[in-house]
Amino acid sequence: MRKTTLAAAAGLTAILFSGTAMAGKDLDTIKARGNLICGVGQGTAGFMMADSQGKWVGLDVDVCRAVSAALFGDSEKVKYVPLSSQQRFTALQSGEVDMLSNNTTQTLTRDTALGLDFTAITYYDGQGFLVPKKLNVKSAKELNGATVCVAPGTTTELNLADYFRANKMTFKPVVIEKVDEVRAAFFSGRCDVYTNDSSSLYATRAANPPPPLKPEDFIVLPEIISKEPLAPAVRHGDNQFADIVRWSQYAMLEAEEYGITSKNVDEMLKSENPTIKRILGVTPGMGKALGVDEKWVYNIVKQVGNYGESFDRNVGSGSVLKIDRGLNKLWTKGGLQYAPPIR
Amino acid sequence: MAVGSLGSSTTRTKVAPWNDPVIRGWVFQIVVVGLVGLLAWFLVSNTIENLQRQKIASGFSYLHREAGFEIGDTMIAYSPASTYARAIFVGMLNTLKVAVIGIFLSTILGTMIGVGRLSPNWLLAKICECYVEMFRNVPLLLWLFLIYKLISEAFPGPRQAINVLNSFFLSNRGLYAPVPLADPTYHWMGIAFLIGVVATVFVKRWAKKRQDATGQPFPTIKTGIGLIVGLPVIVWLLGGAPHHMSWPHLKGFNFDGGIVIQPEFTALLIGLVLYTSAFVAEIVRSGILALHKGQSEAASALGLSRGQVMRLVLLPQAMRLIIPPMTSQYLNITKNSSLAIAIGYPDLVAAVNVTINQTGQAIENILIIMAAYLSVSLSISAFMNWYNKRIALRER
Repeated sequence: MRKTTLAAAAGLTAILFSGTAMAGKDLDTIKARGNLICGVGQGTAGFMMADSQGKWVGLDVDVCRAVSAALFGDSEKVKYVPLSSQQRFTALQSGEVDMLSNNTTQTLTRDTALGLDFTAITYYDGQGFLVPKKLNVKSAKELNGATVCVAPGTTTELNLADYFRANKMTFKPVVIEKVDEVRAAFFSGRCDVYTNDSSSLYATRAANPPPPLKPEDFIVLPEIISKEPLAPAVRHGDNQFADIVRWSQYAMLEAEEYGITSKNVDEMLKSENPTIKRILGVTPGMGKALGVDEKWVYNIVKQVGNYGESFDRNVGSGSVLKIDRGLNKLWTKGGLQYAPPIR
Repeated sequence: MAVGSLGSSTTRTKVAPWNDPVIRGWVFQIVVVGLVGLLAWFLVSNTIENLQRQKIASGFSYLHREAGFEIGDTMIAYSPASTYARAIFVGMLNTLKVAVIGIFLSTILGTMIGVGRLSPNWLLAKICECYVEMFRNVPLLLWLFLIYKLISEAFPGPRQAINVLNSFFLSNRGLYAPVPLADPTYHWMGIAFLIGVVATVFVKRWAKKRQDATGQPFPTIKTGIGLIVGLPVIVWLLGGAPHHMSWPHLKGFNFDGGIVIQPEFTALLIGLVLYTSAFVAEIVRSGILALHKGQSEAASALGLSRGQVMRLVLLPQAMRLIIPPMTSQYLNITKNSSLAIAIGYPDLVAAVNVTINQTGQAIENILIIMAAYLSVSLSISAFMNWYNKRIALRER
């Protein structure tokens, strides 16, 4: 019975999936195509957003650029495809994009039933609440009966329902597909609260209030109601490509840990430290094992920067968001960002 | 064919099988069917293989799992602890709600505007023309965005809500209105209402028969209103006239009690009705204009007023021309309601989309959504075809 229904289902939407079967391995396809197709979000300041010249910038965008630098020696060989939270998984499953780097939370279901493979965690996040100051709310526990704006098809939407259930409170959701429209509904007063990963809340607060509203008119409540490990994802089935994405991320972390930056990377080539020599490909072997050029880390750091540089430039002290590194500090500084050794 | 059969009876042995048109016909048809079958088999097996290779879950068992997400506007009891199946059903009911009310309102508004365009009053005709051109020439999605923005930006927050008689509150959270508290009498009133409707149908039939036989008119409309309104009122009085109401009042962030019509629903309904009635108006106008001018002239000559000419002579005949294209508009309203997702009304598409995202099972969910729209649309078509047959010209 299940077989027949599946067969019927398959027939109707088979065209969706026919591409991947004929395409063969993902990595070969990407190399043959000559560029990486990266699924990003629709625009969250600091994480993925097209700037005034139409160039995509952000912490998540830097992951795509790093992978491109490792694969092609050029961080700009990326085609960005903005996806809504609802489109993203189907787009990846069907082969429309090679990888997702769009603030997707790693969960068990997504890792298994959805057929995805998450690589390394880009950003340790947690879900919070953004409220207008004039509501005079000091804690999420005071939100009983509130109307909450939320993007559909996210872990955020599920955590929200869980949190209110656990605290015996009720709420009314306003669920709109486009993130811009969700924010607009919040700023127009349709909702009392906007909920998302707290990084996105800071981004929204900094970049999106329509005049005459100011960022200071809003506060992020202290409660963090969930764990949101944000990680890029690839499809099941091509482990080598997954490895390249994962180790491109680790390379950025290792570079930061060993003090290699985009500014000093050329001098670092002359370093006597065996670890640094291995990382930068002066002592060959690592690139070959991964199946990329030996100078892959050099290219990543030179063109994209190390993790700390990327963080500061996009969301940290060097950006408008000014997000504290918090959990995203290196493990040597008391944070959770920890890369396995490149050896 | 005739030549072939003639040939086969006389010169049967002369034609080689690859030249025989009958055999050729069969061969070509078998080849075509075979190719189509092969293509279908390829698509199906390819998908199954891909799903298995990527280890993506399949099957419909997820429908019985807990949905976990909240829905903002529900007609039946629903909580995040309900199943996916129920969440999709809630979405389905929301789609039906907006479609049914939309069809009803756009028929009325569209007919009024269509008739208005034919009015000898220049101003009225021009206003109706402007309406039609304005609404049918701009995409519905833009109207929806505009109306939703107007509602959410123009109305104040709940604490500054526009207060009408201390019982109706209009804010960007929607319109809150008082609603009677549940009482067993209301069930009986519902039954009385149905009895009233059925009785009115019988009275109308009887009155028509009597008028056909004797020419004496009967005040059917007044009797009907009396039955449909009067019976429930009598039941209400017999039931002890329950009058306890749930009044909306400000509590915390929002109003509590009463019923609410949410801005998303309102925006979608207004958008659908304004847009579709422009098309309905044109259908009505074309139906009326298609009638011979002699019809209205003859009716006027009989001394009927303009309203009577329209109501008794023109519209009943125009109906036969109006119904078939009207069916398409009704189907359009139902399908266009799926634009709800753009402004956050939790319709069928919204519920299914969230389900797709949480379960990752796009194929199964798309099948559900297609089956749902197909069955609604086929039901509407079937009803309209039945109605069309009923009012069709009967030749005697």
